[in-house]
Amino acid sequence: MRIGVVTFPGSLDDRDAQRAIRLAGAEPVALWHGEHDLHGVDAIVLPGGFSYGDYLRCGAIASLSPIMAEVIDAANKGMPVLGICNGFQMLTEAHLLEGGLIRNEAGAFICRDQRLRIENNSTDWTNGFTDKQEITIPLKNGEGGFIASADTLARLEGEGRVIARYLDVNPNGSLNDIAGVTNARGNVVGLMPHPEHAVEPGFGPDTALAMRSGVDGLAFFTSVIERALVNA
Amino acid sequence: MPTIVVEVMPKAELLDPQGKAVAGALRRLGKTEFTGVRVGKRFELTVEGPADAALLAEVQELADTVLSNSVIEDVTDVYVLEVAAGETH
Repeated sequence: MRIGVVTFPGSLDDRDAQRAIRLAGAEPVALWHGEHDLHGVDAIVLPGGFSYGDYLRCGAIASLSPIMAEVIDAANKGMPVLGICNGFQMLTEAHLLEGGLIRNEAGAFICRDQRLRIENNSTDWTNGFTDKQEITIPLKNGEGGFIASADTLARLEGEGRVIARYLDVNPNGSLNDIAGVTNARGNVVGLMPHPEHAVEPGFGPDTALAMRSGVDGLAFFTSVIERALVNA
Repeated sequence: MPTIVVEVMPKAELLDPQGKAVAGALRRLGKTEFTGVRVGKRFELTVEGPADAALLAEVQELADTVLSNSVIEDVTDVYVLEVAAGETH
């Protein structure tokens, strides 16, 4: 399986996402924001970072990039698309996901290992988790407060489209402790914390067993590979 | 060269952490008469030609779709900047 990672001006975690894809067992493919070419990939990751310096609104200018026309078209046809942090912001700006992300309630950038509960393990990117599985992956954002109108929020909750919720503390003021959501079809997922930083022992969050041994993020990437094999 | 101004504010019902931080600073300066601060954005779009109704309609469309995100913001005003006679930019 080939999974594309789009690099935008100001992307930071594109290489980490490529590494996570490789460790999960797929082939990462570097994609460029200025092209209209997905190079035949089977899935796409929009990585974290500060595209266009967060000018206008986080992810807004990137969502208007040439390649986003192809990403939106592919997503609407069912291709799995994962947006992490800034990528999540792009997906909301591109109207592939509902809701929006605003500045953290506390007004400060937050960087911590964050415990989450997986709330929907049927999407293309979360099917490798068990129901209600609790995981820990890094969180690092300044504008991660998930908001939506009351109607939208009720619908997202009612349709099981919240895929992960913050545990212990709500780090950014997100409504209903929402850390990630999916579209109706379950192929597009946006997540504020960073699974690609918890994929290899020695470089992940601390666990009860050993320092930096956490690899809870890997299942996001193995999920999409497994789903592709099932569908093949 | 006419200039068209677009003003965008965070939605009234949403918490505005930026405004909250500014309000806190004013409070610390002893400016207790201000009970709230909200921070928005102002865009100035300059054109060569006349700012006619068609152009204003186009700016309104851009204001709603690109310059603001209706999930988190409202476009509060779109207008042509009046330039006094003889004044230049």
